[in-house]
Amino acid sequence: MTTSDPMIEFRDVHKYYGDYHALRGITATIRPGEFFSLLGPSGCGKTTLLRTIAGFEDISSGAVLVDGRDMAGVPANKRPTNMVFQSYAIFPHLSVEENVGFGLRRDPRSKEEKARAVGEALEMVGLKGYGKRAAHALSGGQRQRVALARALILKPKVLLLDEPLSALDKKMREQMQVELIRLQRQVGITFILVTHDQEEALVMSDRIAVMFEGEIAQLADPETLYRRPNSRKVADFIGTMNFLPAKVLEEGAGAVEIEAAGFGRIHVEASQVMGGATAEGATVGFRPETLTILYDSSAATDRESMATIEEVVYFGDMTYYDVRIDGTETPVRISMRNVFGRPVLDRGARARVGWSPGALVLFR
Amino acid sequence: MKSPVFKGYAIAYLVFLYAPIVLLPIFAFNDSKVIAFPLQGFTTAWFGEMWQDTTLWNAVRNSVIISVSVAVLSTVLGLFAARSSTRFRFPAKAGIMGLIMLPLVLPEMIVAMSMLVVLLAVGIELSILTIIMGHVLICTPFAVAILSSAFQSLDQSLEEAAYDLGETPISTFWLIILPLVMPGIISSLLICFTISLDEFIIAYFLGGNETVLSVYIYGQFRFPAKVPAIMALGTILVLLSITLLATAEYFRRRGIAKSGGKDTGGFL
Repeated sequence: MTTSDPMIEFRDVHKYYGDYHALRGITATIRPGEFFSLLGPSGCGKTTLLRTIAGFEDISSGAVLVDGRDMAGVPANKRPTNMVFQSYAIFPHLSVEENVGFGLRRDPRSKEEKARAVGEALEMVGLKGYGKRAAHALSGGQRQRVALARALILKPKVLLLDEPLSALDKKMREQMQVELIRLQRQVGITFILVTHDQEEALVMSDRIAVMFEGEIAQLADPETLYRRPNSRKVADFIGTMNFLPAKVLEEGAGAVEIEAAGFGRIHVEASQVMGGATAEGATVGFRPETLTILYDSSAATDRESMATIEEVVYFGDMTYYDVRIDGTETPVRISMRNVFGRPVLDRGARARVGWSPGALVLFR
Repeated sequence: MKSPVFKGYAIAYLVFLYAPIVLLPIFAFNDSKVIAFPLQGFTTAWFGEMWQDTTLWNAVRNSVIISVSVAVLSTVLGLFAARSSTRFRFPAKAGIMGLIMLPLVLPEMIVAMSMLVVLLAVGIELSILTIIMGHVLICTPFAVAILSSAFQSLDQSLEEAAYDLGETPISTFWLIILPLVMPGIISSLLICFTISLDEFIIAYFLGGNETVLSVYIYGQFRFPAKVPAIMALGTILVLLSITLLATAEYFRRRGIAKSGGKDTGGFL
């Protein structure tokens, strides 16, 4: 196998529940050793798609391939995948080591070798010495680790994670995010994570598929998703994005001249032009951190506008300003790092706002 | 509940309910053939008399055979019904489950009468077997109720996890589902056993020449001399019933605690 061969391949996968069209033609590939996320709001089909890999959902048409092999007719217990469930699904009547060793029941290895494998798996997830404990007496984070050890001990080709961190509190979740990344690098297994938390997906993934209503809206690495969302919907779902109306003036080869409210005439590259505009027509989108309040008294350039500060939200390390750029209707959000010595502006103040054409995205 | 009227009512109710039962052990140990106060002194002679009654032993044997069979059959049927009602969706599910549970509120007399008519018409001889049939009918709803609660508190992803880790549906059932619903099964067995043991109408209607414990006791009341021995028997039965029901409830609660669910019902 060369590295270019996909680990998972979806070929025009459709899934119907009665009349409900849950998956609408999913075509995508996931590379070996990749940390891949399926991201989307609840009901978008991300969990269903994950379960088609595990073998818990039949597909209505299309094909799901794991490591080049069509999974049609292969039951869940014969697939080279293992899953970490949202509820962890720790067997409550078994001890921690019995849980972790559960998948080795049919393994021909000797008892001692299996016990060693269980010990190694527990050590890998930081639960060394917990083997004899009763599973139902564990905390949420510990259950999570047992579930991971139990799935990884079988050395699957793909580890499927169904919202594994959603039941944990914020601090524990952030800690487990880092541990999952570390674990994935250590074992080198393809991880597929289902999550509705865009931040989690950005932090953890090599690539992310954003799903809406049974379709993949965009599949890209986190940076591309954040900087070049291919539709307003994706832009809205991932982080915060400001939108202002725009008009296309002139279309050249590889570039477009637009007139954007508040910014005036801008020249944008073809790579910045996306589809997915709404009914109101073309829009420019930009992230809060791509605008800057200009504090210095440098001479005015053609890449700045005057604005009125309408709201100030102070966060300690950051300050968020809602500003209305002259000539526009809706306020936009700017985030500024609170560098020492830089004053926090007051509501109602006038400010010069600098922007960069390269950070804009045009939806048309 | 602050008013003394309510308090008095509650006490009167409980006295009315339990005082007659308390009388059983009192007269079982009373040294007199007459069931009346004042008490005449302590004796265990009635237990001895009871012990020697061969018709009683025959009735006990019949009752045990019936109750054990009923407990096992009802629980097995309840297992199927509870599993399908909690795990699968099928057409007319609510209606089917309702019909299964109906004997819970159907007068036993109706069950007994209609079965008697059918059995006589078909020409099946009345025996222990016909009593078992009648009892299974009324005990199965209890088994379904208890086992549904056990299955409901079972996280469905446990099954999927076992399946995902390489087990077949059958081995998953033995390794995961059965151990986790086992407390419910034990509880169902005990409750069905108790219900069947106590039951009178069906046993009387469908028993033919075979006498079970409840019917035997009723018959003995015609002979005043036998009454103290019946009191002794009753005392034993009360103890047995309390033990069985308490054990059943213990297992039901333990089952829910074990699978991490919330207690949402039960009989005690």
